[in-house]
Amino acid sequence: MSGTSASEYICKCTSACAGCSSSLILRHVLKAAGPDTVLVVPACCTSVLQGVWPNTSFNIPVYNVAFAAAAAVASGMAAAFESLGRNTNVIAYAGDGGTVDIGIQALSGALERETNFLYICYDNEAYGNTGMQRSGSTPLGARTTTTPGGKIHVKKDLDRIIAAHHLPYMATACSAYPQDLVKKVQKALSIKGPKFMHILAPCPPGWRYDASQTIEVGKMAVKTGIWAMYEREYDTLTLNGPTKAAMIKPAPLQDYLKMQGRFSSMTEEKIKIIRGEIERNLRLLKAEAEATC
Amino acid sequence: MLTLSTGNNAVAAAVRQANPAVVAAYPITPQTEIVEQIANYVTNGSLKSKYIPVESEHSAMAACIGASITGVRTFTATSSHGLLYMHEMVNWAAGARLPIVMANVNRALGPGWNVWAEHTDALQARDTGWLQVYVSTVQEAYDATLMAFRIAEDRRVYLPVMVNLDGFSLSHISQQLEESTVGDFIPPLVLDHKISTDSPAGYGCMTSSADYFRIRYDIERSMRDSVQVIKETEEAFAQTFGRKYSWTEEYRCEDAEILILSMGTLGKEAEVAVDILRNEGVKAGSMRVRWIRPFPELNLGDRELVVIDRNYSFGFGGILASSIRAKTGKVCYNVIAGLGGQEVTYNDIAGFVKTRRIGEEFWFGVDA
Repeated sequence: MSGTSASEYICKCTSACAGCSSSLILRHVLKAAGPDTVLVVPACCTSVLQGVWPNTSFNIPVYNVAFAAAAAVASGMAAAFESLGRNTNVIAYAGDGGTVDIGIQALSGALERETNFLYICYDNEAYGNTGMQRSGSTPLGARTTTTPGGKIHVKKDLDRIIAAHHLPYMATACSAYPQDLVKKVQKALSIKGPKFMHILAPCPPGWRYDASQTIEVGKMAVKTGIWAMYEREYDTLTLNGPTKAAMIKPAPLQDYLKMQGRFSSMTEEKIKIIRGEIERNLRLLKAEAEATC
Repeated sequence: MLTLSTGNNAVAAAVRQANPAVVAAYPITPQTEIVEQIANYVTNGSLKSKYIPVESEHSAMAACIGASITGVRTFTATSSHGLLYMHEMVNWAAGARLPIVMANVNRALGPGWNVWAEHTDALQARDTGWLQVYVSTVQEAYDATLMAFRIAEDRRVYLPVMVNLDGFSLSHISQQLEESTVGDFIPPLVLDHKISTDSPAGYGCMTSSADYFRIRYDIERSMRDSVQVIKETEEAFAQTFGRKYSWTEEYRCEDAEILILSMGTLGKEAEVAVDILRNEGVKAGSMRVRWIRPFPELNLGDRELVVIDRNYSFGFGGILASSIRAKTGKVCYNVIAGLGGQEVTYNDIAGFVKTRRIGEEFWFGVDA
């Protein structure tokens, strides 16, 4: 991809599942970030897929840490690099459970303290590496091993929680749009201070679709508007093309739900609630984008 | 320079001498003065550390871990519930072989809320791979903190060190303090396994049972090697600054027939109790245990032992007494005293000796 490092920082032979989009995201993130980067990884799929010590598959320093600790460890690392006069990128790369649930306190603290780092939440909407248990980021109606009848609560609105920290840069992205993702990572890393990215990471075994469909599922999430893509620089919100298109003419939500076995026990009532959530989210984003343009 | 200082301020003054690159801390009674004083130093420019005012103790230790792995000196301080809250990362720090220094101001655990001295907080962390020292005076709090950096950062150790001082009865009392210019007593930190983008490596990855086992054994090997490092450091400290420390502080033990064993400030009360007992013809001595990890070789001989535990392991016993029994096979009179800041005077301690019932446990103020 133009504008990124030709080097690969994720070698072949990771232990990722077939069709894993989070490893695809990380590949692009690291190519965008380049070699002077340290990755901080809490318990998540990425702590598993890098392989078993001493033969790990990442060609970049990776600091694995406890589940709730990623943002705080990154805080210490960023402060230490600053004291050493180094500009090394500190990127926390965490799943949705480690972000919206157990790690949110440390994340909020690190953002409030204006830590110079990039926090990336790759969102596969459940605790993936332990076999898909419900997280706060699991959408309403999705079956997980701890919501066998379908989740009864709606997905936590992480991005508005993050936005309340009034960051110099935050963005949402999706693994199915890698060029957009790379641009956002590069932009984030060009800014000093706390940066945040929330990236949708479809998961074939967890969402129950064929591994070959990973990109299609991601695209459909954006086209239906259930996943919105935008950037926020302090108060300035910029909607990205695919999401603008979804606001004008969204793809049918049913088409997205039908692709995935996890929504097999979905009810009409829940679909209605999700539709309402999508409409509310897009309406708020649109209003904000129009107010700041 | 001779000053009057609290235990907390002595720790902060020692930290200023050690000049860590990063301090990450969260305030908690009775540790608060330490972090307030460090914040003052950073604000007035007399300490160049990056001070990270984290949102929890879990994050305090996490931030120290993130900083330490880059190869810089780090410090934090906590107490009681704070230590419990960071317990996961306390384990992580040792497992990651990071020479973090932490002051823990010993305090009781809730419920009910009680901010006074007790050692159960730190003793719950005794199996984490941290070295632990317990101090009894303001000067010792200062000196032990200085030595902690040198011990932790020694290549033969590369393990974190916890300096324990009693809440209020040491943290908040004022005593004479001789502040020293450290000079090269603490050499610059060289962390062989520091993280570096020049030589990418994975840290804390998934690890097989066989490798994990070896890594755990290596922690124990370094813990054993730390015995020599502590000895060397305390000898070097005595040569440089003229103040002597050892595994235990012994008072009139040479010809003693009864030993009072204790930790922290109670050890100082015990010395007065020894004088009282000696005046009454009882040949007592005081042995204040300073290091709990690594656990010291104790020169107990065949003397009778009165062990005062300001802590308790429910369903088992006083932790110092049971440790001594496990290590030496010796049975003692185990007095549980001072929990939740209960006042224990030298007269009380003299009384424990006079009414001792070897082999029994006695809860002071509760048991008849």
